[in-house]
Amino acid sequence: MNEPDKQNVEAGQEVLDKLDKFDELPDAPPKRKLKLSWTGKIATMIVVFWMVIAVIGPFIAPFHEMDMDGDDSFLDAHSNEYGTFYLGTDYLGRDTFSRVIWGARMTIGISLAATFLAYMIGITLGIAAAVKGGWIDMAISRVNDAILALPSIMLGLIAIAAFGSSIPILVIIAGIIYASSVFRIARALGLDIMVQDFVEAAKVRGEGLWWIIKSEVLPNAAMPLATDFGLRLVFVVLFISSLSFLGLGVQPPQADWGSMVRENLAGLTYNSWAAVWPAFAIASFTIAINLIVDDISAKSGGSLAKKMV
Amino acid sequence: MMLQMTLRRIWVGVATMFVVSVIVFIMTSILPGDVAQIVLGQSATPETLAALRAELGLDMPAYMRYLDWLGDMLTGDLGTSKAGGAAISDLIGGRFGNTMVLAGLVAGISIPISILLGLWAAMHPGSWLDRTVTFGTLATISVPEFFVATLMVLILAVNLQWLPSTALLRDEMTFFELLGGLAMPIITLVIVVSAQMIRMTRAGILNVMSSPYIEMAILKGIPRGRIILRHALFNAIGPIVNVIALNLAYLVSGVVIVETIFSYPGLAKLMIDGVQTRDLPLVQACAMIFCGAYVILILIADIGSIVSNPRLRHPK
Repeated sequence: MNEPDKQNVEAGQEVLDKLDKFDELPDAPPKRKLKLSWTGKIATMIVVFWMVIAVIGPFIAPFHEMDMDGDDSFLDAHSNEYGTFYLGTDYLGRDTFSRVIWGARMTIGISLAATFLAYMIGITLGIAAAVKGGWIDMAISRVNDAILALPSIMLGLIAIAAFGSSIPILVIIAGIIYASSVFRIARALGLDIMVQDFVEAAKVRGEGLWWIIKSEVLPNAAMPLATDFGLRLVFVVLFISSLSFLGLGVQPPQADWGSMVRENLAGLTYNSWAAVWPAFAIASFTIAINLIVDDISAKSGGSLAKKMV
Repeated sequence: MMLQMTLRRIWVGVATMFVVSVIVFIMTSILPGDVAQIVLGQSATPETLAALRAELGLDMPAYMRYLDWLGDMLTGDLGTSKAGGAAISDLIGGRFGNTMVLAGLVAGISIPISILLGLWAAMHPGSWLDRTVTFGTLATISVPEFFVATLMVLILAVNLQWLPSTALLRDEMTFFELLGGLAMPIITLVIVVSAQMIRMTRAGILNVMSSPYIEMAILKGIPRGRIILRHALFNAIGPIVNVIALNLAYLVSGVVIVETIFSYPGLAKLMIDGVQTRDLPLVQACAMIFCGAYVILILIADIGSIVSNPRLRHPK
């Protein structure tokens, strides 16, 4: 009598095991895997490459950004007793190759810092406006509309005319200007989430406002905001390097892609490519980010892309 | 109804300009330090300081100074430049015309090109032409304006030597010399402005193409070209007008870069010089003109879409 019983128990256990497995399924949805197209993969490689260069650049560059070791200005690739100038020299006889590498740190560093600042300001105010509503929402939104109603380069020019130009000021100016578009998205997402059933349920449970923001609103807004981060970063890179190009951003002798194009523009007539390499560096970085964002929004049905505009 | 909506938009535009003027004024007035102190420097005594403050109006509260400044602006008195003390309206006069000529020519060239290319790409979605246009325009909108300008100088001025790399305008130039001088800034701006317009025109038409009445037309067997030109295009005009005005507004930032790179004697170049020398009255005046143009173009975009889309005239 024992035998079948044991069998039964074993069989029952097996069924239970299977049930357990099935039980787990709805609780833990399959992890969303991000599959990129081949353009997306190449683009990711380019972005990662520049990020790595931005971090380790100063250690691997053959020359310091301010070394004037070349034989003459606007020369093609050559070598002398100091080393080899792979991309030739710039208008002061500095190594273009090293300066592009040093410039990655400056351009990408400032842009990342400014974008993070924009996100901190934008998300804080956006979620606050969405959750609190009332006159807080009104006041922030109206000021925000006015900032959005102006071309960002104009705001940048006025601010620099008033405060002068230095790296912290550049970061703050770009951070505040681009916080306005982050604010709009964060507020829209926040309003969307605040009327969902699960937020209502949390309110009924008696959860505090801070708990709702932390556990319901932010996690649900995270993914769309993360995709938007890429786009915003592109705008900030373009903004900062345009200002540098106008001579109003990063000041010489520090290497920055935008100001490098400006400095070496005169060399174009001598057939020197010193202005072209940093321009290519910016273009490769921004185009690559745009391709990744395009890929991600295409994979999520394109709806994301429409929200982001 | 339409008139009402339009008037409301104009009112919103005026209100926006008011807020813009407040922003410009605040940003240029909260500077640490006192202008009177800077002007007098070491030789300042309390009496001369007070006298100069009264002369400059600095002893008045901020809102009074703002109203004063706004009143001057509205009556066409743009103040005097700090550098050299020339009247700003004299400095701006000719420059403004130059910038308008540039912007006008760019608009005149880029609008037909963008609509044609956008239409063509939308007529053959997925073809090599469509893919080239889509990728090319995406690349163009993701790079800075000065990248396009640098490439154009490299190709057209240095390698092919067709055009001069700077836009020096002189009075005694013949028409063709003038055209040659203007060519580089115009080509650069046309490329920059058209890219976005082409993308949005294509997207607008493809959007209309997915509506049921187009499906009906396809099922009836009407050729694709005819469907686009007779059925889709008219319904896409609203979005396209909107796109054109919005992108002409982007010209404002494009002009700043292009005038600098080609040393074109326009308003934006004047403003950049003002920023470099921190000539605040000049920057204020130029900023108000540019922002005004921007707001007006956006207003035109809004009104254009109201006029061309009856559904927008009856908001629910």
